[in-house]
Amino acid sequence: MPNEPLLTVQSLTVGYGGSTALDSVSISIYPEELLSVVGANGAGKTSLIRSIAGVVRPLDGEIRWRGVDIAGFPPWEICELGIAQVPEGRELFRNLSVEENLLIGGSLKRARARRSGNIQQVYGLFPRLLERRLQAAGTLSGGEQQMLAIGRAIMAEPELIMFDEPSIGLSPSLTRAMFDIVKMLHAKKTTILLVEQNVADSLSIGDRGYVLENGHVVLEGTGAALLTNKEVRRAYLGL
Amino acid sequence: MLTLWGNVLASGILMGLVYGIIALGLTIIFGVIRIVNFAHGAMVVFGLYVGYCAGAWWGIPTIVAAVGAGALLFVFGYGLETLVVKRFVTRPHHIQFILFIGISLVLSGAQLIAFGPDPRPSVSHLSFETIAVGPIRLDLARLQAATVAAVMILALAGFLKYSTFGRFIRAAADNRLGGLMVGLPIPKIYATTFGIGAACAGGAGALISPLFDAQPFLAVDFTLLAFVTVIVGGLGSFVGALVGGLTIGLTEAFAALLFAPSLKSALSYGLLMIVLIVRPRGFFGAKET
Ligand SMILES: Nc1ncnc2c1ncn2[C@@H]1O[C@H](COP(=O)(O)OP(=O)(O)OP(=O)(O)O)[C@@H](O)[C@H]1O
Ligand SMILES: [Mg+2]
Repeated sequence: MPNEPLLTVQSLTVGYGGSTALDSVSISIYPEELLSVVGANGAGKTSLIRSIAGVVRPLDGEIRWRGVDIAGFPPWEICELGIAQVPEGRELFRNLSVEENLLIGGSLKRARARRSGNIQQVYGLFPRLLERRLQAAGTLSGGEQQMLAIGRAIMAEPELIMFDEPSIGLSPSLTRAMFDIVKMLHAKKTTILLVEQNVADSLSIGDRGYVLENGHVVLEGTGAALLTNKEVRRAYLGL
Repeated sequence: MLTLWGNVLASGILMGLVYGIIALGLTIIFGVIRIVNFAHGAMVVFGLYVGYCAGAWWGIPTIVAAVGAGALLFVFGYGLETLVVKRFVTRPHHIQFILFIGISLVLSGAQLIAFGPDPRPSVSHLSFETIAVGPIRLDLARLQAATVAAVMILALAGFLKYSTFGRFIRAAADNRLGGLMVGLPIPKIYATTFGIGAACAGGAGALISPLFDAQPFLAVDFTLLAFVTVIVGGLGSFVGALVGGLTIGLTEAFAALLFAPSLKSALSYGLLMIVLIVRPRGFFGAKET
């Protein structure tokens, strides 16, 4: 690898009162890379993202951001470092308007000064959000809500965006649009952690990938190598 | 006859606004932190004593005392949340209940030590003055309390709706997990919200000091009153707290007119029971999710 990882997850163990969701998982993300993490339901993908975000407390292990162990930092400090997410289930503020959701996304110290410019940028990216800027987020369609969740993350000017199954529940054409957005952010040098069950698409746009199974990393490699891997093709692509 | 009804209607509405701001304090704390402040009544009585002392000791007008009580209770609430309540947010309901009953008893005990058990009647000259508005006579203390309560309600609504921190508070009430994920400063939001809730109780307490003799044992009455108000209006709802306040204010006023003054609480509880049966989530309450 060319340089130091931006984020290193080392022997991360996460459990919820008895059950283990992640068992000594180690993953690295390099600057400006698009990393795919794939795995079946319950593999531990969401738990990985939530522990990096500080929302879930790991039982053990390290999470290093530019070399500093941030495991145990509160979420608001982690966001301030430049780590944002487009969460599973979107987790919007449903009774607040589209614009208020964006404003809150842009309230971090790291991005507040450029908030109004960033809102215009998000509206440029998603004109539908501009048309609905005063509408309550909870009344948006599923696709629009996903756009808003992405827009809200962009407002934080993150260095790393973690996407948790962004294509879930979207039509094929919206899914393609979603992947285009991910690629566009990647091209603009944002580091991306993409978690998907849509294995073929996500591995094909990923620079590298990991396969999670039952809380363990079972495979890692470049996206292209994983796509041609026999195990992956049998287990995830049904080939 | 009509004049009498008009007087009762007016005094019900005026008291309703005061009950509304007390209930708003309870409901905003519940809406954001998801805990029920059973020490709310003790905080109202805290304000009542501030109003009493300000008037009796220093001759400070009630309105000024209300601002002072609001500020004092804000600081008290902010500190209490940061030091104590925060540790109980994720604990089971019955533990939270005991905590707040404990806080309430400590506050009442402190009031008892400082002022003794005897009622402290107001010295405000407003207590006995009325003004005529057309055929209706309004008593000045009530009018003043209601006016200031209305200003407080509007100020709080504006703060929540238009300020950045107000938006944070609404977002945290809406989706705590989502708030964590976008980096909202949850500890500061919770402490501020608790402070605001306590300030509503304290400010209202000082405002009604010309109407109620200050007495430590009133804490229970005010807690129950606030509780009934928010349940009728819908727990966690801003508009619900106001409508609940007006409903209870009017119920009490007409109960006193049509039946007997001593029946006014009984009628409020009767109303509560009817609401709980017919519309369990109150007038404006959100559906259970
Ligand atoms: N809050 C929780 N309490 C208890 N168990 C949990 C909790 N969250 C996750 N788990 C368990 O941890 C394991 C991993 O869950 P996780 O959500 O991380 O998987 P995932 O890979 O994101 O799955 P999916 O593709 O269905 O979203 C699962 O067995 C799940 O049941
Ligand atoms: Mg998941």
